Amino acid sequence: MNCDKEAVKLMHQHLDGDLTKEEEMQLKIHLEGCDSCQKHFHELKRSITLLKSVEQVKAPENFTKDIMQKLPTEKKQVKYMRWFKMHPIISAAAIFFILMFSGLFTAWEQDSQLTVSKQEGLIIEGDTVIVPEGVTVKDDLVVKNGNLKIDGTVEGDVTLINGEIIDEKETTIDGEVLLASAGDINGEFKEVDQLFDWILYHLNNFFKSIFSWSE
Amino acid sequence: MDLIIRDKIKQVKKGDQTAYEDVVMFFQDKIFQHCYRMLGNKHEAEDIAQEAFIRAYVNIHSYDENRKFSTWLYRIATNLTIDRIRKRKPDYYLDAEVKGTDGLDMYSQLATNDRLPEEEVQGMELQNQIESEILSLPPKYRSIIMLRYLEEFSLQEISDILDIPLGTVKTRIHRGREALRKKLRHV
Ligand SMILES: [Zn+2]
Repeated sequence: MNCDKEAVKLMHQHLDGDLTKEEEMQLKIHLEGCDSCQKHFHELKRSITLLKSVEQVKAPENFTKDIMQKLPTEKKQVKYMRWFKMHPIISAAAIFFILMFSGLFTAWEQDSQLTVSKQEGLIIEGDTVIVPEGVTVKDDLVVKNGNLKIDGTVEGDVTLINGEIIDEKETTIDGEVLLASAGDINGEFKEVDQLFDWILYHLNNFFKSIFSWSE
Repeated sequence: MDLIIRDKIKQVKKGDQTAYEDVVMFFQDKIFQHCYRMLGNKHEAEDIAQEAFIRAYVNIHSYDENRKFSTWLYRIATNLTIDRIRKRKPDYYLDAEVKGTDGLDMYSQLATNDRLPEEEVQGMELQNQIESEILSLPPKYRSIIMLRYLEEFSLQEISDILDIPLGTVKTRIHRGREALRKKLRHV
């Protein structure tokens, strides 16, 4: 057996668990008769042992906490959902209250047309509202029954009712497409796509108006 | 554990941010260690490991639940470390790190210029010697050797993490082991 070409190759295949029984035998026989391969094989195994002996390092203190603080803020609705899950009775009462007195059901079912709170500078293509590049919307933006694409900037809060945000800002790592963090919305971003969220949205506005009254 | 992580990821996908905290907690040491072994510098490792977790969170919807989450996470982390190594300026360490005298900075220097004079290497503790030899491996071998022997992934899993064919993983691990053998022979 040729030492460099065959025997060393077998050693590596052995280390990867890729040898058949016969090949294992061939290697063993060769090693018994060849000092230099024996040494080579020993060095390989020893370097792996040494490698595995390096100390384990731990993440710095507060590592997880730091990351959690750096994450983009979660959608408002999830916070509400969690709160409601923790307080089921109050939630049920609140929903009942809202349904009884606001007649929102009908409001929800009636309007299915695309509406936008602001028109200036915006483009509407089919069911998609586009904030073009270079355009800055100074106020809050509400889009109902349509999608929203933001190439420019929105200074205020964005509310999407029954639609999706189309985000085309992407970065690539080695061919893998990864989204960068959320687009250019300087205010809050809210997505309302279900009846329940629709109620929460109104509930939220209701409370906001109470608080702005009392201020 | 896999099941718990799977469950947490589902919650994260639904938008529950607090579920992600447990995921980070579970993987933080592993990912930090991986970045540290790749970069040889704790500050950089912290930076890149954090970035990896944030990228994973922001892109959680592109994670395919039929695959192992750890594989996906390591892939992001590995790509980021390799990216960072590529972007390093040759004089990066001269400016930023060499002033200190603790061992860390030694390794960092090694990462850029491979070898110290013989005597100095012999003077270092065994641990430090091994660490510096690991760092002097080319990154494409280093990542595979680390994933295999320190993080104990199978060759198939490594092929998934690095997105290269199994055959290539095998060729590289053979060469990586040979390189390491030569470096550690006299230790
Ligand atoms: Zn031989």
